[in-house]
Amino acid sequence: MALAALAGCSAPRSIVQGPVRSGPLGSVESRELTADQQVAHALNRLAFGPRPGDLARIRAMGVDKWINEQLDPAQIDDRHASSLIASAFPALEKDAASLMREYPLPNLVQAQARRDGDGMSREDSLRLRDAARASQRIVTELQSAKIARAVASERQLEEVLVDFWENHFSVFIGKNQPMRYYMVSYGRDAIRPHALGKFRELLGAVAKSPAMLVYLDNWQSMADSGRPRLDSRMGPAARRRMAVVQQQRRMRGLNENYARELLELHTLGVDGGYTQQDVIEVARALTGWSLRAPQAGGGFVFRAEMHDAGAKVVLGHRLPAGRGLEDGEDVLDIVSRHPATAHHIALKLARRLVSDSPPAELVDRAAATFRNTDGDIRETVRTIVSSPEFWSTEAWRAKVKSPFETVVSAMRALGAAPDTTPRTAMVVAYLGQPVYGHQAPNGWPETGNEWINTGAILNRINFGLAAAAGRIPGTRIASLPGFAELRTASREAQVDAVGRMLFAGDMSVDTRNVLLRGENPLASGAAEGAASEKADEPPPMMMAEGVPAQRGMAGRAMMLRRPPQLSGLEQIVGLALGAPEFQRR
Amino acid sequence: MQRRVFIRDGALALVTLGLSPSFLRRTAFGAGLTSGVARGKTLICLFQRGAADALNVVVPHAEQAYYAMRPNISIPRPGSRAGISAIDLDGFFGLHPSLSPLQPLWKRGMLAPIHAVGSPSATRSHFDAQDYMESGTPDVKGTSSGWLNRYLAAQGTCAECDTRQASPFRAVSMTQQTPRIMEGPEPAIAMSSLDSFQIRATGSEVQRLEALYRTGSADLVHGAANEMFDAVKMLRDADPQRYAPENGAEYPRSQFGQRLRQIAQLIKAGVGLEVAFADVGGWDTHVNQGGAQGQLANRLDDFARAIAALVTDLGERMGDVVIMTMSEFGRMARENGSGGTDHGHAGSMFVIGGNVKGGKVLGRWPGLEREQLFEERDLALTTDFRSVFSEVARIQRFRGRLARRVVAKTGMAA
Repeated sequence: MALAALAGCSAPRSIVQGPVRSGPLGSVESRELTADQQVAHALNRLAFGPRPGDLARIRAMGVDKWINEQLDPAQIDDRHASSLIASAFPALEKDAASLMREYPLPNLVQAQARRDGDGMSREDSLRLRDAARASQRIVTELQSAKIARAVASERQLEEVLVDFWENHFSVFIGKNQPMRYYMVSYGRDAIRPHALGKFRELLGAVAKSPAMLVYLDNWQSMADSGRPRLDSRMGPAARRRMAVVQQQRRMRGLNENYARELLELHTLGVDGGYTQQDVIEVARALTGWSLRAPQAGGGFVFRAEMHDAGAKVVLGHRLPAGRGLEDGEDVLDIVSRHPATAHHIALKLARRLVSDSPPAELVDRAAATFRNTDGDIRETVRTIVSSPEFWSTEAWRAKVKSPFETVVSAMRALGAAPDTTPRTAMVVAYLGQPVYGHQAPNGWPETGNEWINTGAILNRINFGLAAAAGRIPGTRIASLPGFAELRTASREAQVDAVGRMLFAGDMSVDTRNVLLRGENPLASGAAEGAASEKADEPPPMMMAEGVPAQRGMAGRAMMLRRPPQLSGLEQIVGLALGAPEFQRR
Repeated sequence: MQRRVFIRDGALALVTLGLSPSFLRRTAFGAGLTSGVARGKTLICLFQRGAADALNVVVPHAEQAYYAMRPNISIPRPGSRAGISAIDLDGFFGLHPSLSPLQPLWKRGMLAPIHAVGSPSATRSHFDAQDYMESGTPDVKGTSSGWLNRYLAAQGTCAECDTRQASPFRAVSMTQQTPRIMEGPEPAIAMSSLDSFQIRATGSEVQRLEALYRTGSADLVHGAANEMFDAVKMLRDADPQRYAPENGAEYPRSQFGQRLRQIAQLIKAGVGLEVAFADVGGWDTHVNQGGAQGQLANRLDDFARAIAALVTDLGERMGDVVIMTMSEFGRMARENGSGGTDHGHAGSMFVIGGNVKGGKVLGRWPGLEREQLFEERDLALTTDFRSVFSEVARIQRFRGRLARRVVAKTGMAA
């Protein structure tokens, strides 16, 4: 590694490691939120919302102590959620190679059928169908497990940050069939171990993950003809492979896709001060970062025969000629320590945790922590959650929930057991955010205006009604603690109990009045008869062969059956889940 | 990456430039609408996902090489027997016999097939090719918006409408999720059916829900919700349940047919629909694709009957409507060993409308001899799909300058 030679790339190692820190986070006096609000705020930002009992428990233990615990997830006992997920989603424990053996790719089954005879026999068709179903199961397990963890894990901040990084390094599971096998390892081995770790290590794990190598095509990127190669390192086998590779038309030369997104999305940011020439140089440095046996689940491999061994200049740093894998490693060092990257990551974290337009001073401080700790994610997050800005009234309910957050927070609020069927994932997809289903590399929006529009709010209101009617698996309002006694209580007591459960007690006068009286002073009569009582026809199950992640038919069927006849407590919960307060966090 | 031929903007002369005279205000069903959207123009995009086999859709029946490369699946030359041979268009090309419902549109000059058209990207990945066709930026992955969304953004809404008061139904995708082509900052509604666009509650609960938001708060969530309640009422007033197609149009009972029927409903309801989208799968015919009959024929039958019904149903309104069909790439010129075709390169599109200068197969035909094929195997590309998008966008809405911005975020080679 020529790292030491790279000016500007040396930074002090993090001094903050080891035992859990305790004590207050920043100045407690400067916090504008009330003590109760602080607990609710922390649970809405550093977790996927409160479960029954969480508010009182964390208020009693102290919110700063809870946050300090969350910042060190390894110390939190999470065996319950882990064992639940391990038993419900067995595919997710396996590596890509064994997954591919046990759930063969449908197109390989098809190819086998072709080799065996002139066309597809009936048996071939059945085999193909079974293979497609089996490998589809990996997709549904991945989607459901992500939701189940978010609902059930005690390591909530880790889940929030895993979600954040999976979105920052977004990969589309429907890109092709092998992608689903690689996605199992992507979240588990590349993202999760580093979610609160060092950014450079996270970036490196992503860069070498088969999922990212396939998604942005780097595994096929090779030196343009005429570029110097590492001939001296090429044995006879490598030369033969090289000849094969050159004959394969798909591998026709340099592919800039990953290099471009690495700079634009993953590190420096779109205004990070790089040029098209930097993109090309980065792409050249990363040639040969490829895959072993892509159809059989092999992992990362550096292919010297594909590598461009010429000298390169990346963001002003000179990479000498004649090197191999080190070129790419140096590039990751350079971009992860670039000041624009510190700012870009700090801004995105603050946008997720504080508000859509976080205060510039806060972003600057978080970026400074990022630089001073050599890209320590835990410490950057600590700077943000210790800040007065995090605890300001401006930040209170400033974020609009994504569909994923809406569903998970509702399930947590209703004390739902994690769903081991694919149904909840279908509801999330129906609300517009199929898990691992974002096609473009920029990931799902992190700001509210992109989530809230006419169609979205309608679906959210319908989701609330369906959840209150017990249609979302695991939600049983009747069995919530204290609800048996509430049945006979006054409407006022019921409304306030639901308000504590779903809004942490902070509910607008308007909302409370509507829930309380059920009268509509502004639109009386306007909506009379608006809803059809007619049962929906079952949707024609003629499935377009879309990407597997985007099938929301069952979600639709679940949400859109006959209007639920809600009364009493269920009605209050249904209305409250559709209230403006619950759309925010 | 070699970009072969770019047809410059306008060179296709696809569409006549006359603006439709009728900007009739719709009053009957627009009562719940705050902004009074005028009856404008509608662009309907239909995506055949899976890569339709263009050579069996618009058949080059005068090419000997076509029959030589497809001994088992070719469409017989016109004239042999109706129903099992190509429907001749111009002595060189013919339509697949299952496309007979489109033949009247060809005769009336409303149908313009375009051949050897597609994305200049050499990818044969369904995902990448669909992604490029929907983002409008071949070989650029990072484009976050779809070109239909940029189409909406480029010039607000119809000339006489205020953008800020645009109809919530400006852009509707008859799909479960918002498709890539419509993603972006401009609001778009995705719905699998019109009757899914209602609040699943009884009347009094709907009132309560509405009251939660009619509080005078002016933030994002309240604003969107109020718009939604208006939109639900607007659609209810349009009464999609009682819709009866006009002019004897008969839509197939398939999902695709029913979705086109609902697009017609929205257009006639005058809710301000400017862009509609629907997709249909089943085109990835690697195995047993059939010829004049069979798998592909069945897909085309549904496809053509649905489109023909939509055109019939809309009647004179077709003067304000352009329908454009697309598929991510074509298929190999040669049939494979399983009675099917593998992934190829250039494909075909249909553009249909009252203002379309049809009755002619557009695009330069590159030929099917070995040396004329792309990589010696696929139909070569002579028309960039973006030039078709530009042309259509231009007639529907814009001057050329804006149209170029719509389809080419990163700048289209001139």
